[in-house]
This record gives sequence, C-alpha cells and structure tokens, in this order.
Amino acid sequence: MSAPVSRFEAPTEVEAAVALLAEEEGARVLSGGTDLLVQMRLGAGAPPLFVDVKRIPRLTAVRLDSNGLRIGAAVPAAEIYENDEIRSLWPGLAEATDLIGSTQIQGRATWSGNLCNASPAADAVPALIACGATAVVAGPKGERRVAVEDFTTGPGKTVLERGELVIEFEVPAPAVHASDAYLRLIPRTEMDIAVVGAGVALTLDAAGTVESARVVLGAVAPTAIRVPDAEAALVGSPLGDESLSAAAAASTAAANPIDDKRGTVAYRKKIAGVLTTRAAKVAYERAQAR
Amino acid sequence: MSAATDDSNRKFKQIGSRPIRHDGLDKVTGRARFGADFTLPGALQGVFVRSPYAHAKILKIDTSKAEKVPGVKAVITAEDLPELPMSWVSQGPAGVDSGANQRVILAREKALYHGHAFAAVAAATREIAVEAGRLIEVEWEVLPPVLSVDQALAEDAPILHEGQKTEGAGPPVEGDTNITNQIVFEGGDLDAGFADADLVVEGEFETPMVHQGYIEPHACLVNAREDGTSEIWCATQGPFGVKTETATLTGTDPQTIKVTPSEIGGGFGGKIPVYLEPAALALSRKAGRPVKMTMTREEVFRGTGPTSGSKMKLKLGAKSDGTLVAADLRLDFEAGCFRGSPVGAACMTTLSPYVIPNFRILGRDIVVNKPRVAAYRAPGAPIGSFAAESLLDELARKLGRDPIDLRLQNAIEEGGRAKYGPKFGPIGFKETLEAAKAHPQYKTALEGNQGRGVAAGFWFNAGMQSSATVSVNPDGSAVVRTGNPDIGGSRASMALMCAEELGIDVARVRPMVGDTDSVGHCDPTGGSRVTYATGMAVIDATRQVIDHLRARAATMLDVELDSIEWQDGNAVAVNGASDKGSIPIEDIARKMGATGGPIVASASVSPPAAGPGFGVHVCDLEVDPETGVSRVLRYLVVQDAGKAIHPTFVEGQYQGGAAQGIGWALNEEYLWDEEGKVENAGFLDYRVPVASDLPMIDTVIVEVPNPLHPYGVRGVGETPIVPPLGAVANAMRDATGVRFHRLPMSPPRVLDALEGAE
Amino acid sequence: MAKIRVETTINGEETEFLCNGQESLLEVLRDGLGMTGTKEGCTTGDCGACSVVVDGRLVPSCLVLAAETGGRTVDTIEGVADGQTLTPVQQQFLEHGALQCGICTPGFIVAAEKLLEKNPNPTEAEARYFLAGNLCRCTGYDKIIKAVLDAAAVMREGRA
Repeated sequence: MSAPVSRFEAPTEVEAAVALLAEEEGARVLSGGTDLLVQMRLGAGAPPLFVDVKRIPRLTAVRLDSNGLRIGAAVPAAEIYENDEIRSLWPGLAEATDLIGSTQIQGRATWSGNLCNASPAADAVPALIACGATAVVAGPKGERRVAVEDFTTGPGKTVLERGELVIEFEVPAPAVHASDAYLRLIPRTEMDIAVVGAGVALTLDAAGTVESARVVLGAVAPTAIRVPDAEAALVGSPLGDESLSAAAAASTAAANPIDDKRGTVAYRKKIAGVLTTRAAKVAYERAQAR
Repeated sequence: MSAATDDSNRKFKQIGSRPIRHDGLDKVTGRARFGADFTLPGALQGVFVRSPYAHAKILKIDTSKAEKVPGVKAVITAEDLPELPMSWVSQGPAGVDSGANQRVILAREKALYHGHAFAAVAAATREIAVEAGRLIEVEWEVLPPVLSVDQALAEDAPILHEGQKTEGAGPPVEGDTNITNQIVFEGGDLDAGFADADLVVEGEFETPMVHQGYIEPHACLVNAREDGTSEIWCATQGPFGVKTETATLTGTDPQTIKVTPSEIGGGFGGKIPVYLEPAALALSRKAGRPVKMTMTREEVFRGTGPTSGSKMKLKLGAKSDGTLVAADLRLDFEAGCFRGSPVGAACMTTLSPYVIPNFRILGRDIVVNKPRVAAYRAPGAPIGSFAAESLLDELARKLGRDPIDLRLQNAIEEGGRAKYGPKFGPIGFKETLEAAKAHPQYKTALEGNQGRGVAAGFWFNAGMQSSATVSVNPDGSAVVRTGNPDIGGSRASMALMCAEELGIDVARVRPMVGDTDSVGHCDPTGGSRVTYATGMAVIDATRQVIDHLRARAATMLDVELDSIEWQDGNAVAVNGASDKGSIPIEDIARKMGATGGPIVASASVSPPAAGPGFGVHVCDLEVDPETGVSRVLRYLVVQDAGKAIHPTFVEGQYQGGAAQGIGWALNEEYLWDEEGKVENAGFLDYRVPVASDLPMIDTVIVEVPNPLHPYGVRGVGETPIVPPLGAVANAMRDATGVRFHRLPMSPPRVLDALEGAE
Repeated sequence: MAKIRVETTINGEETEFLCNGQESLLEVLRDGLGMTGTKEGCTTGDCGACSVVVDGRLVPSCLVLAAETGGRTVDTIEGVADGQTLTPVQQQFLEHGALQCGICTPGFIVAAEKLLEKNPNPTEAEARYFLAGNLCRCTGYDKIIKAVLDAAAVMREGRA
C-alpha cells in the first residue's frame, strides 16, 4: 500500500463541477479550503477528489442592483468586505465576514464554505440569516434556492445532496430605514472561534418604531437559530430599555448551547442576551442614520 | 581574567548603542535557515507514533506490518536503544536522568501521557511514514490516568512509577508515591512570627499547565555515516547538549557526533531538551540514509514543553506598619510524567525579593500523566510569584498602602539573604521600584471598570560554561565565534563587546555561531546567561587578542611591550616612548604574517554565579462587566539590566516576557479531557496573545552594575516573565473588586467571579 | 496516479512544478522548489508564518493547494526586496530590532507589505488587527508594530 493521492480538478462550468461531484463519492468542493484543508491536516484524511470551483465565472461574480446582491459562492471574504457598497448596505454582514479568521484566512474563506462547513459557530451564517439571504444550489437535478436559515440541519450537516454545491447567494436589498449588525464574543480580539455570535437586522418606520426584526444567534445551538421571541420583543416600539431587556431575556432563554472547550452553557446563555442587546442597538442606530 | 567590573566610570563607545543585528538581513529576506530548512539528497522523513492513552502498560509492540509497507526504510522502538535505568535520585549537578530522558523520547515500559511516542518510522515520504505508523500493533494494558496534583496525592492514586519514593526533606511519605521530591527552606520562628503579626492574609492559588509556544516546531536532520560518525543539523538552544544527550541515549561515543545548530525559531527553555535527534540517529543508522524529522504543531503541543501546573497555599503576616514578619508557603507542582518540575526554583525565588524574618517554604514535585515539563523562561518563578504578589497586593489594600511603597518598605537589598541562604550582592530592586513609581503611567488616571496592578519579580540568572574564539582578519576586522545559538540578537551583543574592546566599529566584527567541532563547549542559550557568561568569554578572548596586537606593535615600533597601550583601535607608544607614535589595528593586522603569524585567541569561563535580575511591572486593564472580557490598556516593565549592551534587544526581552506572562494570566491553558487528552493542541484554541490583544509595552532599563561582569551585565531574558501573572491579577482585582486565585482569568471565569461577588 | 503539472508565476518568474492533488503550496514552495523563506508554524492557518500573496491576495500558503496556483501569480518573501534594495518594511524591521528569533519575520513582512499597499497610513489599531493572524512569541509585537508604522511613514514621504 501507499499513501492515498487525491485528484484535483478545476472545472470552468457549473455543470462540470456538478458532474465531478456526482461521479466521485467523497469528492469535496474546494473554494477557500480554510475548513476542508484544516480538517485534512488534523487527521480527516484527504478526499479522493478536490473540485476547485474558483475558475467558474459565475462563482466569482459580484452583481449589485436595486433588488440586492447576487454574489458567487467562491468570492473570498476579503473581497466582500472591501466592497464599499456591500459594507454600506449590509454593515453587519460585512462585519461578520470581516471576523472570519485572520486577514490571511479572509483571503481564502467564503460564505459558502462557512455555510457548508455547518459549524454552529460560523460567523457569516447568523448575519446572512438576519439579512434574509438565500443560497442558490446547483445539482444533478438543476438549480434550487434554499433560505440560509433552512440550509444547516445540524453540526456538520446540510440540505446538500450528492452532486450539489452552493453557487451563489442572494441578499435582498434592505428597506429605506433598515440595517443590521453582528457581534461575537471571543476570548481574544482576533483568531478565535465565536463563543457566541448575534446578528440583528431591523427595519424602522419613519418615526423610528421597529417594524420588523430578525434576531439570530450562533454557537448556542446545533445550528444558528432565529429567536422569534426576541424579534417580537423588539417590534412595535422604538428601541428602549424595556424591549432590549425583553429581547435579551428571550435570547438567553432560546440559547441551547453545550459545554465545550470554548465556553460553558451558563456563560453562553448570558452572553447571548448581552450580545442581542448590543447588536440591536448598533443595528438601530444604523437604521436611523440611513 | 579579572572577574570584577571595570572602572565604573568607563565611558563606553559602542556598548549601549543599537546597531542592526548582523544576521538581520538574512532574517528579513527569508534566507536564514531554520531547523526545518535543511535537507540532504536521499533524506527520509521520520515520524513518531504516539500513544492513544495517557497511562498504559506496553505489553507488546509488533512493527512487522509497518516494516513491509513500500517506502518504509526503518522502524524503531525503545528496544532499538540501549536500555538505560531510571535513576530516582538526580545524578550530578544538572540532575540529568538519562533513563527518564530516553523514555521521554520513546516509551519503554509504559506510555505515560496521551501522545507519548513509542515508535518511530522513517520512509520516503511523511505520508507513507504516517500510514505505516498506523499499522504498528500494540498490546496495551490501559491504566487510570493521574491528571492533577489532587489526583496524584489521593490515597488510592495510581502510581506512575512503581518503586518511586519521595526524596528530599520535609514530612516523610510512606511507600510508593507520586511525590518524587520535597524541598524545604526555613528561617526564624514561624509560629512566633505569625504571633507577632498584626495582620495575616492567606490564600490558595492555582495555575494551569502552559506551553512555551515557540512558533517553530522542533526539527532536525541526521546523517549517520558509514564510518560510525554522524552529523546533526537542528534547531536547539544547546548544540552541545544535543551531542551528549544523543550520544548517551543511543549508546554512541559523543566524539563521533557533530551538531550544527540552525537558526532557532524560539525556544524559551523548550528547545533545551532533546526529543528528535536520538530517534532520528537510530533511524538513520538502521536505514543507512539521512533522516529528517519535523514535528507538527499538534505534536509540539502534545509532546513537548510545557511548564508545570500548580496548586499553592500562602499565608503572610505583617505588622500594622507594613513590615512583613512571617510567611508560610506550600508549592505543589506538576512535573509531568517524570520528576523534575521547577518547584525548587520556585521555592527559592518566590519570597526572596522581600525581607521576611520568619518563614517556611515547602515545595513538592509531583508526577502526573502529562508531558514531562521542560524549562520555560525563569522556570517556576512566575508561578510562585503569582501567589506572593497577589497576597502582597491584598496586604497593601488592607493597610491602605501604595503597593509600590509596601514593596519598597520590605524590599531586599545588598547584603540581605535570599530565602535559600546566600546574601545578595549589589542589586537594583529598590531602584526599579522607584523608577516604576516615578513613571508617568503610574500617575495616569483610571476610568470606570479599569484597574491598575503592580507586581515585582526576581530571577537568579545563570553563569555556567561558555567559550569564545576571536580572530583578527588581515584587514583589521575581526571574527568572534561562540557556541550559543542566537535566539534574540546575541550575535550583535557578542560583536559589540568585541568591538568595544578592540576599538573598531561593530560593523567590522563578524559574529558567528559555530558547530560543536569548531568552538569550545558552551552550555545552552538559556538561563539569561549568554550576554553575561559567553560575553565574558568574548571580552576575555578579545583582551588576549589585544595583548597579541600590542606585542606585534612593540616589535614593529621596536619598544618594550610595557610601553604599548591599546587605545581606540590603535597601539600607542607611551611611557617615554611616545615619540614612536602609534599603529592602527589595520596596519598591525596587515603585517601579522611577518610579525608572528595569525592572531587568534580563545577563552572559556565557568562563573559559579550571575547577577540577579529584579523587575517591577505595572499593568492597566479594563474589564467589560457584562462579558468578563478584559483588555490590557497600558503595560510597563521596569528592570535592572546591570548594563544594557544592546538596549533594543534588552527592551525586546522585557516586552516579550511581559507578553508571554499576560497570555498566561488571561487566556493560555492546556485543556484536558477525562482521559487525559489535550483538547486544544493548536494555536486556534491554545490562545497566545495576538497583535491586537496587546498595547505598546513601555520599558525602563535600570542599570545597577553587576560586579561579576566587566561591564556590569546582568542577564535580562527571564525576569520579565516573572511579574506579569501577579501584575495582571492585581489589576483585575483593582478593576473588579474580585481577587482571582486561579489562572487564566478568561472571560467566563471573570464573569462568573463578578456575578459571584454581587 | 500521475502527478499534476502546474505552471505558475512565482516572484515574477515563470515556474513549473509537479505535485500531488493534496499537496499544499507551502509544501511545494519549501520542499519542491527549495524556497524555504516561507515558514511552517502550524499548517492549519493559525500562525501566519507561511503567508504569501496569490493573485494579489494575502493567503496562508498551508491552506492553498499547489495545484490551484496554475496560471496564477504567487509572491513570497524571497521576492519582496527589489534586487539588492530592501523595502522600507524590511529596513524598518532591522532598524527597530523588530525580530528576535526571526521565524515569524517573513510572514510578518509579506503581510505588512500588503497592509501598506492597501492602507498607506494605518493607525496602530488597524495595523494590529490586520496583522493579528501573524503570531510572534518573542517580541510582544511592540517593535513590529512600530516598524510597520514607521515604514508607512517612510513610504508616504517617498511618494510625496
């Protein structure tokens, strides 16, 4: 026997990528590689086939119009947060993207990788859900659209079937008085995995009353979760101490984390509340300023 | 040579300047060659195979399947090394236990920690070697692991080493035990001391096992040759130690081994022990090919380093005016799987900065199923200092005293006795305390949720053995060669001392680090000893060179040797011969061939002592009371350097030690699961400080000359990691009102403590 | 399985190499091409010692497959200096003594060059956050950050 050797393919069309993924069991999509190659180094073994999707034009394209953003799944984090328009329309989403690993990692990491790795602690995912983003999936049966909110089914598990890959994201344009924020807690200032993450998107009316809210938590459940009770607490009034503390309490109650090397259950529940409040305040100020 | 400091009014021309380091160019261009940067044609890749259990007897190892894998050229286990007995009592002054050292490299009777290597494979590629390693079959008898001091001391604790008795002083321990050694220092009358105290503070403290965290994984390349000689290229703090250890552990005549040290990517004590080279030599011999071994980061965390985790108990008694009168200290240190924690050094350093007439110190060295600890920058001292400086802070608070004033009042001075016996010579402790107090940071106003902490610390510094050779080139430039790998700018310091003596520009002195065949013995780069001890050898050798130069000049000028003085790179005729003028070094050097041949001199030193280093740190930090997250806002290091040869690198040592200590205080720790497996064997979850975690680290260099060195040098590398644990904890106390007894003060712990305090 | 033949441009030179599908760019640079200036500290993207620039983006070469770089440009520490002339970043690292052991230095310099290309006048905080993925265990970062900020000043004067 000898050590296994992987194949490497870099198709230039979605159909070719789908065919490769469908034909080879265990084939893996390589976009940024910042999770896949790390898992390989830490003993998961090399897959039989890497499908590098960065040469497919549709997967590296960025298109912004009045409907919102349509962005290729292989666009690296650095390119996303360096985009002034994206930063101004979805500042929370840009923040979350900017928080994925180091500058070096951001040169590689992608939203699709962050989503498909299906870690409960992924930074981009709560922010994408807060913004109402949709993943466009291509597969042997054609294309389908899956709300990011519905994409992850558990740690390491997604709705993707064999031969499928995420090719694009759609993020709807925010309303006039709407904005978002994402905050996470880590022990250091950089380079850590989120102990808790909180994404909040708010839409206000002209008077500053919260018309609609999305509150999403990361790292406190098997997947990123929306917190309907926190959303309800924020809607219907301008942001105030009462609605904020109700939202925080709802987040703490909704959080269903585990004890692990990065945090305890009690700590994560508390922090879920704290970050909900803080992110809501930031999102509110931003929405007012628009 | 004279071991005394020169005229203290000496005006230095180059010492204290900041030349660009000679090896800098290669390091900013990527040309410098580190441990993993060497290879040879035909070199195989060697890897260790490691234990999946923290504690298990090895009943049988079958390597036959691995050996049959195509591409595999050699497989070894402990059976391929001569069996060296474990010696329970330390042998010799350095406490070398070759039996234990050999079993650290390859487990023999037992695997003693998760990740303990028990076999090694050399193959054409690393992948093949790793795959083959998986085919090695072991019959294990899995034993319950001992994972903490408390577990090790429990009545029914599994015993790591059958037959292990407690050595040393202290209360007797019956039967086989996990306590390998007890150390006791006592003075005065403890009971009377506490009876005399107006105020007593006490506490129990706990620190986790932490790793040195050097960025370069261990690496070596070994070539065993047909004639029985072998060459080793490796990243090490001590090439001579690699030579003797590799020889001893493989049963080889040391004279057949030549070690060439590469550039070294950090060590902090962790690259003094030998892990790879004996295994690589055995593999190379068996395969008849060069073997390269490099550890992965995960292996570095699982199988090398760390320093001890600890449990400590301290009680301090003071008069109402702040005078310390009594101290009772117990230190329990995890040694890892073999004896040899730095608890002895902790016993010696923890209380020694202060005058305390009545004291008792008990230290215990305790084996647990974790990697055997290695030296880590002032080994043991930061741990003990955390307890002592925390309680001094409590005392200052209770007495309403400024923490620096309280330390000044009790500070040890020249002539005072260290707790382990000897009297201190001239030391700069009070001067550092006063400089810290005078620094602007100490007066900066604090805002809400912010706090300030002060702590002091002390480290002996080492002397040990060093050699140096200085030669003069025909153009009047010079080469200075030592055997100490340059881990933080020591080439520049050696060149500065040589240039200062010769009176030529430092750029005309080329410093180099020799291999073990090209320079006399040098003990490791460690113990803050290189600038001090190796520097003394350089100065001595240079002065011998100057004597040669003077003699040549006397011949050339036709005057008596006594009439030649060396001044600023010139031989100057004096004492009635001054009409003969002078000759510059360039002219003497150009004519060396005609006046007696090349000029070379070597010197060696073995100073029994060094100049102790005292430091005082001030930490300002802010805590987010809703999350427990803290940030260091400002940080000050004040330390006595004796004499700073190259101030930039002295500051660098101060800043680097402080940063490591801040990491230890706030976030670094090994996390273990119930089976004794490290859960965070990588830089993602073993959280060393990153650039955005830290502020600029301000430094003040105090210079109280060390009389043992011609220029007054004290070692500076280790003292800076001693005070930070206490300084950060005291700042946290100031910011939150909570006293932290357990490190690290990570956000969840801080928030827990804050809520507990409400 | 046959090795993959890759044609790429490294530090401006057209380069050809063979690799396996799972081999990283870091492995090929160091072991295949003998370019050992790029350092390995972890192979999991956590230390920054292997930083290189691929198609203008700062990346960890341990998390790039060598096969991906076909037709792309790769810039490493060996290509930072302009012939015999050091860049201001390199020069300031020397002047400030911004290295002790030096193992992290190539990664820091590659990253700092990219920082100053994107942001010629970074604040201290911006420099610290940009460089947070480059670990240094020796210096406490103080002199590194000062060297980077001073290099920025030198470069701004040079442009003016």
